[in-house]
Amino acid sequence: MRHLLDTKTLAREDALRLLDVAEDMADTQQREVKKLPTLRGKTIVNLFFEDSTRTRISFEAAAKRLSADVINFSAKGSSVSKGESLQDTAQTLQAMGADAVVIRHGASGAPRTLATSGWISAGVVNAGDGTHEHPTQALLDAFTIRKRRYGADSRGRDLSGVKVTIVGDILHSRVARSNVWLLGTLGARVTLVAPPTLVPHDVSAWPARVTFDLDDALADRPDALMMLRIQLERMNAAYFPTEREYSRRWGLDAGRLAALGADSIVMHPGPMNRGLEISAEAADSPRSTVLEQVANGVSVRMAALYLLLAGTERVEGAAAAGTQKEDAR
Amino acid sequence: MSTRTVLHEADIARALTRISHEILESNRGPAGLVLLGIPTRGVTLAHRIGSLVTEFAGESVPVGALDVTMYRDDLHRNPTRTPQPTQIPPGGIDGKTVVLVDDVLFSGRSIRSALDALQDIGRPAAVRLATLVDRGHRELPIRPDFVGKNLPSARDERVNVRLVETDGVDEVTIGS
Repeated sequence: MRHLLDTKTLAREDALRLLDVAEDMADTQQREVKKLPTLRGKTIVNLFFEDSTRTRISFEAAAKRLSADVINFSAKGSSVSKGESLQDTAQTLQAMGADAVVIRHGASGAPRTLATSGWISAGVVNAGDGTHEHPTQALLDAFTIRKRRYGADSRGRDLSGVKVTIVGDILHSRVARSNVWLLGTLGARVTLVAPPTLVPHDVSAWPARVTFDLDDALADRPDALMMLRIQLERMNAAYFPTEREYSRRWGLDAGRLAALGADSIVMHPGPMNRGLEISAEAADSPRSTVLEQVANGVSVRMAALYLLLAGTERVEGAAAAGTQKEDAR
Repeated sequence: MSTRTVLHEADIARALTRISHEILESNRGPAGLVLLGIPTRGVTLAHRIGSLVTEFAGESVPVGALDVTMYRDDLHRNPTRTPQPTQIPPGGIDGKTVVLVDDVLFSGRSIRSALDALQDIGRPAAVRLATLVDRGHRELPIRPDFVGKNLPSARDERVNVRLVETDGVDEVTIGS
């Protein structure tokens, strides 16, 4: 794997390999010494043009656990606020010898531009671009579902037959998009629930069922219920009348929590708006995987960085864009 | 391109039986022993030695697996390797006598990686090394404690260990 840009074009075998390597990474995090020497001498740049706490910290923890050097770059207080272009920023990082760039950007497609432009030879990991994708979040969600379902027996398994319902602001959510593609690739059945105003126009082409009624979706007994954050910062138009009405119709309250099957899990990518899309009862219940998702996020990101950086020295430029095959041990 | 078989099924069984006795002898019994195989075939061999030791000593000996992929010093020279699971027996390795089990001992670099990996997991009282085949050409000051067969080889020859569990047949071949 040379870049991790989206889950739409991620092949099933690559996705499973990533999840299986993440299992190994998770095992190493139980040890007395959690640091591995694997990426010693590699430099990873966290290039964040948008605010983020947990994703950046998660990538930073993952890189440090693998002994890579981490440079954090946030657009605030950098030359970007002086008007530097993405190209110049990227070329500066290239000159500093970055081996991988983890990028979050407000513009959909910015990571792909960075990966295919020829400005840098580093591997690129998409950490969220506009309303396009957030692949490592989807991978950690899939990892969490698999881990809860199969426990220590997770390796090599996909998610065939697992019912996943994603609720909330599908329109603006890159997490939802990445999950729809990845979960579909892994064989899960995905249902999307949202107010009609927050369903994208092109949703008919997605491998998912769409409904507007949360209680209808819950009657189908989903194995995993993923509540998305209402992104108040992207709500520049009136998508629903009031927060109270949203909470009543699409929020996960105590009553709806009780209606879930005994083995169902409640997921949330964080940060949560308690009392809006998810009630405190649901967020703190044993079914909630919110904190597991955070822990698994580090393992999944370690796996992604490992697969991007541990292989053969890369050839300069776009010529090496194809994925490399592993050898037999 | 010639390949010849240097160990057959019975030879491998005899070698493993002898190694098992030697492990028990040098450890003065099964107390505190932990066998850790290095994936893939080292794990299979560790399990075989484990059941032999258990049979001879009348007491079960914990067996596990130790993946060294993430500790290798040649990661960036080769295509990306997929790590294998590491399984440490419930009793851990602190204060134990760990016997590392590998199929072929060659440069010694895998064993160096294994020693680094062990250090991150705990602090054994002693670490020993058992290998089915020692083919020479060491690049590091590492030597095995228990050897199935010393096999003189040229550096560019290929030594292949095949085991029933993974390959359907028990044999060791050498070829150019």
